Amino acid sequence: MIDVRNLVVRLGSPPQAVVKRVSFSVETGGSYGLVGESGCGKSTVLRAISGLNPDYRGEIEIGGKVLSPVRPKEFYRSVQMVFQDPYGSLHPRKTIGAQLLEPLRNQRLPRSREAVFEALTSVGLNPELRYRFPHQLSGGQRQRVAIARALILEPQVLLLDEPTSALDVSVQAEILNLLNELREKRGLTYLLVSHDLAVIAHMCDRVGVMQAGQIVEEVEADRLRAGTLEHPYSRLLLEASQQYGGSTEEPLTMNGAA
Amino acid sequence: MTAPLIEAANLEVGFGGGKIKAVRSVSFTLGREKLGIVGESGSGKSTVGRAIMRLLPPTARVVADRLRFQEIDLLTASNRDMVHVRGRRIGLILQDPKYSLNPVMRVGEQIAETYLQHYPAAGGKAAARARVLEMLNAVKIRDPERVARLYPHEISGGMGQRVMIAMMLIAEPEVMIADEPTSALDVTVRLEVLSLLDELVTRRNLGLILISHDLNLVRRFCDRVIIMYAGRIVETLAASQLGEARHPYTRGLLASLPSIDHKVSRLPTLKRDPSWIDAVETNS
Ligand SMILES: Nc1ncnc2c1ncn2[C@@H]1O[C@H](COP(=O)(O)OP(=O)(O)OP(=O)(O)O)[C@@H](O)[C@H]1O
Ligand SMILES: Nc1ncnc2c1ncn2[C@@H]1O[C@H](COP(=O)(O)OP(=O)(O)OP(=O)(O)O)[C@@H](O)[C@H]1O
Ligand SMILES: [Mg+2]
Ligand SMILES: [Mg+2]
Repeated sequence: MIDVRNLVVRLGSPPQAVVKRVSFSVETGGSYGLVGESGCGKSTVLRAISGLNPDYRGEIEIGGKVLSPVRPKEFYRSVQMVFQDPYGSLHPRKTIGAQLLEPLRNQRLPRSREAVFEALTSVGLNPELRYRFPHQLSGGQRQRVAIARALILEPQVLLLDEPTSALDVSVQAEILNLLNELREKRGLTYLLVSHDLAVIAHMCDRVGVMQAGQIVEEVEADRLRAGTLEHPYSRLLLEASQQYGGSTEEPLTMNGAA
Repeated sequence: MTAPLIEAANLEVGFGGGKIKAVRSVSFTLGREKLGIVGESGSGKSTVGRAIMRLLPPTARVVADRLRFQEIDLLTASNRDMVHVRGRRIGLILQDPKYSLNPVMRVGEQIAETYLQHYPAAGGKAAARARVLEMLNAVKIRDPERVARLYPHEISGGMGQRVMIAMMLIAEPEVMIADEPTSALDVTVRLEVLSLLDELVTRRNLGLILISHDLNLVRRFCDRVIIMYAGRIVETLAASQLGEARHPYTRGLLASLPSIDHKVSRLPTLKRDPSWIDAVETNS
């Protein structure tokens, strides 16, 4: 469903390669996780796929078609993205209800009150929130509005950038269950960025570990669970995560702390 | 025990003409310690932090029996007093870091500006610049020189959070309120940034309020934890005792965590019960 070949993205002045020959593919109905150090280029990969940054080299293919760097409107019918920073992706002066209807209007699809109700309820929000503006919501509520807006078009591919990092675990569990259900029922395809390896292990079939703009290791999620990773950086990441989420009651050992 | 740094008694915050009760009779004190606040999305955590900083919108209704920071009554302090408190004496990291940065100013300049504002006599621009790079380095930004020159939209999510932390730390406040300061950081960087905060709290004898939904983080990083549900404090525990929490909400939270090594098909979710709102607080 998603095929990325030799993706190179150069940004800044002077331009520097932020993503360096990244290739991976996700089958239809599959779920692929991207993990790696902060600033290694994960969001940049997602932004290139979603058409937000047409200035890339390499090939991006979705549903068997190589995409032109500038995406036609219909593209967003089938591919939607949830941004890492929900505040930035919501319009500050439009109500939540209006923003949820916007994708439907852009695609000239029928808009209804029911659609808004359903979208909000599916992410555990009270439909009453549709009259509010983004700044009148809590961080996690905004994040869920962003997820609801991506789902309202019933896309085939979802690009999810840290979709639950602003959510408490109980709401996170509900959203992850919802995403898994949708994938099962509608055969959606996911590309998921998260720094939480437990979330990745729970949601994904395959995982790409990125470091400094490159995928340094790609494994089945089973290997992540079994803890048999090979690249030194992946092992470091996994060990740190295991220690972090570990059940021991000892305080975290923090290098540098006196 | 020494006098608390922050003291709140029966704090209430309402929005929409009182229709939305975001915070209800919340009482706590902060000493020279690391105090965690956890709780469901929308339970009022950020609102508590904003009330202390007096950063709520004018439409918010704030009442309390007491809301103090050291010698300052936060309910009656003038706006001029608050300008001196905010940033300089109480540092705040907002939940949406990039949103709270000025979009048309390079991040390095913004941090330098904060420094010069609070330390006008500390050696001017050159000193500020050196201090900025030092701070960016301290929060584990690789290549601080490059990142200092970038605009907010050019930095990654995790860099944004660390820029905010650097901006808070550069003013050397007495109390830090950090609202989800590390949610966008991978575990290794997160631990390094936390150890920096930890060291500051200990070395300078500060108070830190850490608002987070990350149970592993508060359990192992904080001294005490407040658990909020629907605007109320439902439980206050020593962080090490979080595993023995009694409130059904807290116990449900602990069960909802996914794990790296065993796969479950569905994560357990909470069955919220209206009676939880009125459940009595169990103090430890
Ligand atoms: N417009 C831009 N101009 C210059 N550099 C940029 C721009 N956008 C991103 N970068 C740089 O590209 C690198 C990768 O950023 P990206 O947002 O993809 O990281 P990330 O892996 O998503 O990190 P995080 O986990 O912190 O969100 C960073 O060093 C960032 O500073
Ligand atoms: N300006 C406002 N107008 C109306 N309601 C508001 C406003 N700001 C916050 N609220 C509501 O107050 C409640 C508490 O919000 P708050 O931001 O404190 O939650 P939180 O515990 O920080 O949640 P999260 O973990 O999602 O960030 C929420 O239900 C929110 O919708
Ligand atoms: Mg990112
Ligand atoms: Mg909040």
